[in-house]
Amino acid sequence: MARYIAGRIGYLIITLFIIASFTFLLMQLLPGSPFNSEKLTADQIQILKHEYNLDDPIPIQFIHYIGGMLHGDFGVSFTYDGRPVSDLIVHRIGPSATIGFEAVVFGTIVGLLLGIIAALKRNTYIDYLAMFIAVLGISIPSFVFAGLLQYYIGVKLEWLPIAFWGGFKFHIMPAFSLAVGVIANIARFMRTEMLDVLGQDYIVTATAKGLSKASVIFKHSVRNAMIPIVTILGPMVVGIMTGSLVIEQIFAIPGIGDQFVNSITKRDYPMIMGTTLLFSILFLVVILIVDILYGVIDPRIRLGGGRKS
Amino acid sequence: MDKLLEIKDLQVTFKTYAATVQAVRGVNLTVNKRETLAIVGESGSGKSVTSKAIMGLIPNPPGKITGGEILFEGTDLTKLSERKMQKYRGNEISMIFQDPMTSLNPTMTIGKQIAEGLRKHQGLSKSEARKRAVQLLDLVGIPNPQVRVKQYPHEFSGGMRQRVVIAIALACNPKLLIADEPTTALDVTIQAQILDLMKDLQAKMDTAIILITHDLGVVANMAHRVAVMYGGKIVETGTVDEIFYRPKHPYTWGLLSSMPKLHTRQSELLAIPGTPPDLANPPKGCPFAARCPHAMKVCTEFMPDYSDVSDTQQVACWLQDERAPKVEPPETIGVGGRTR
Ligand SMILES: Nc1ncnc2c1ncn2[C@@H]1O[C@H](COP(=O)(O)OP(=O)(O)OP(=O)(O)O)[C@@H](O)[C@H]1O
Ligand SMILES: [Mg+2]
Repeated sequence: MARYIAGRIGYLIITLFIIASFTFLLMQLLPGSPFNSEKLTADQIQILKHEYNLDDPIPIQFIHYIGGMLHGDFGVSFTYDGRPVSDLIVHRIGPSATIGFEAVVFGTIVGLLLGIIAALKRNTYIDYLAMFIAVLGISIPSFVFAGLLQYYIGVKLEWLPIAFWGGFKFHIMPAFSLAVGVIANIARFMRTEMLDVLGQDYIVTATAKGLSKASVIFKHSVRNAMIPIVTILGPMVVGIMTGSLVIEQIFAIPGIGDQFVNSITKRDYPMIMGTTLLFSILFLVVILIVDILYGVIDPRIRLGGGRKS
Repeated sequence: MDKLLEIKDLQVTFKTYAATVQAVRGVNLTVNKRETLAIVGESGSGKSVTSKAIMGLIPNPPGKITGGEILFEGTDLTKLSERKMQKYRGNEISMIFQDPMTSLNPTMTIGKQIAEGLRKHQGLSKSEARKRAVQLLDLVGIPNPQVRVKQYPHEFSGGMRQRVVIAIALACNPKLLIADEPTTALDVTIQAQILDLMKDLQAKMDTAIILITHDLGVVANMAHRVAVMYGGKIVETGTVDEIFYRPKHPYTWGLLSSMPKLHTRQSELLAIPGTPPDLANPPKGCPFAARCPHAMKVCTEFMPDYSDVSDTQQVACWLQDERAPKVEPPETIGVGGRTR
């Protein structure tokens, strides 16, 4: 197990290196430069470029960057008075992590419940309603929900603040907008898995033991149905991360997504690199955790040893 | 003999899109304490549905018990609430299923799966139930029960899993064990071991068994009495000797003839020509009439009543009527398949 995890972390580092290289190259292809304001003279631009080592050949810049990265130095931002990228990210990560976490937890719980109920009440109106909600959640983008919530709950009813960041009241609408997609995906997936499990022979065995319906459903069905759900956690986290780029803009949340979008429009190369790497690490770590989790909850899978039949 | 289970005129139907299937159409059956009753009959004749009805496991919808009684020690199980029925399942009446590869929960240790029933029905504590689970594994012949009790189903072979399933079924000393083709999914040598185990445990625990099988060799080896099912009805019942040596129903003859014989040289097995009746539109008369070589006019019109051939043998066939021609069973029913 320890060896398996060590191996996976090795792969993770290699993957990160590849992502860093690609992002670096792609960034060079972005038209424009951080310093193309009309107010700057050619000389001033030259001085600025020299200051930030942008006059070096690209391979040298790349080596510099990777070298810094290995020491945990992600450079300084071009736009925020030369503050270190890592500081800026740490400063901004709180709100993003908060709404992301709330969306995942709320979305997963509601999605699971909806899926379980739909499966237990299969082919009744409850099932159809649950799946109608799920289809809506998948097909309507989160920013549409965000706008609707802002208009009806924020402007018309004045129940919740429309934007900005503060106490829990400020989290509800953005977290919910992000959670809608999660709810929909998990509900649909869970329904399918539940129906599959409910049709299995071992459910009949459990019933034939004289167990109560609740035991059969929770101890035997839900647990087994939830195992494959773990596999969609990875894509789900990606969805939350990309969703938050837009949602943070809409709700004017001082989060990392908002900052990321700004850094791209301003060609703040170190910020772009830093944030991309952060998102990549998050994603890779989630996938690693999912794989480990899978081995823990499904005894048929032994990590490192492959699947036994 | 003491009656343990008495089924009277049981009817079970399934509502599907196209039609209502009358899977069980008036089954009468008695199981005495400590005896083994075999139910044989063609695929789709309603054997599994009958056994699920006893357990209260008919999936509803689409299935429903539409008539009749299932008296277990005098209590009509069909009238019990789901809650009350749970007290019988796994406690008084247990079931072993056909495929041990799929009938155990893959993510729960087998110890836990055995313990569940014990905790529910006998109120044992976790550690008591665990101890009992180890004893049960030992009882069903699983070596190293202390270690095995902590393992998951995928760590067991098919035969070993079926032993686990038997341990689960017998955990609470049920009075009746229903085994629906318990060895069909296993290879031949393992089959014999499992059947021996069941016989052995039956003697130890005084359990009555309903054994559903297609294998007449198994019937001869295991059963005291046999019920022959066809088209949702029981067409003949009798002791093993009566059914094998003095069968009266032409369907039983067909069944025996289609069985491979050991010491007669037979180039091909005698299949019964024709197909079983469509239970969505069951025939008015005897369900076997359309395939019966001795069918008379009356057979297609009216279902015959049961007539007593002996105290223990009943048959539903118009040939038993005194006005019917005397028909001798074909020679091909010969009892060569007996493995005793
Ligand atoms: N869930 C169900 N829905 C619809 N029809 C069903 C269902 N279960 C059983 N039936 C019907 O009931 C009839 C009897 O089925 P049953 O399973 O009892 O047969 P069987 O005698 O056990 O056959 P086999 O030897 O193949 O196991 C069949 O015609 C089958 O189509
Ligand atoms: Mg069957």
